[in-house]
Amino acid sequence: MTAIPVPRSGDTAPRKKRRVNWEKWGWIYMRVSGVFLVVLIFGHLFVNLVSGEGVKAIDFAFVAGKWANPFFVVWDTLLLWLALIHGGNGMRTLVNDYANNRTLRKVLLIAILASTVILIVLGTLVIYTFDPCPTGGDASLLPDFCKAG
Amino acid sequence: MWSWVLHRITGVAIYFFLLVHILDTSLVRLSPEAYNAVIGTYKTPIMGLGELALVIAIGYHALNGLRIILIDFWSVGTRYQKLMWYIVLILWVILIAGFAPRQLMHVFGS
Repeated sequence: MTAIPVPRSGDTAPRKKRRVNWEKWGWIYMRVSGVFLVVLIFGHLFVNLVSGEGVKAIDFAFVAGKWANPFFVVWDTLLLWLALIHGGNGMRTLVNDYANNRTLRKVLLIAILASTVILIVLGTLVIYTFDPCPTGGDASLLPDFCKAG
Repeated sequence: MWSWVLHRITGVAIYFFLLVHILDTSLVRLSPEAYNAVIGTYKTPIMGLGELALVIAIGYHALNGLRIILIDFWSVGTRYQKLMWYIVLILWVILIAGFAPRQLMHVFGS
């Protein structure tokens, strides 16, 4: 049996303007970015800490070698954006839960937003303006492909 | 309750490492010497143990995060939330057992 709607029930309540539910989208973002971050971070950890000589192999030439490959440029850009926003939104949740003082909460939320924006801009600029062969750089510290040119 | 407490603690720890990690990596834009000097400190025994702790924290946060997604979106997720937490803990131990020897070998090996 199908339920019969109350007559004119559609126009008894005043129609509210539909607002974007940011809290809901934040909730969805944590889960969607979380799935991507599991893959991105474990991949990052494998390449940098597990394979080869692990952490001891990391230096300027190592990073330059990775970023000579567009694959890792995209990988690290996604990591930067997804992880920082995921972490910033997580910290926002904690501040909303535990910072009872209004002023303190406002200060902390602004600090989180500011550090997120600043670090995303900084990190993105670093990745896309990176010079693997800086002029006058100590050749022993540069990746091998700098010598070819 | 503990699954949730651990998720928050590991989340905060990972967040503060991320802030530092973006800043230290940004030194590649400054000069090879500056970057190598700072990344050199990551290869010391104390920081090597710190990286192990970081991976342990990330391992829990990742596995429990996937569990949270299953609780939220899988039709019978809430019914199995306790069982899934035990599975998370088992996978976490396996992950640590796989990574720890490798990391200790890299940091303390010759």
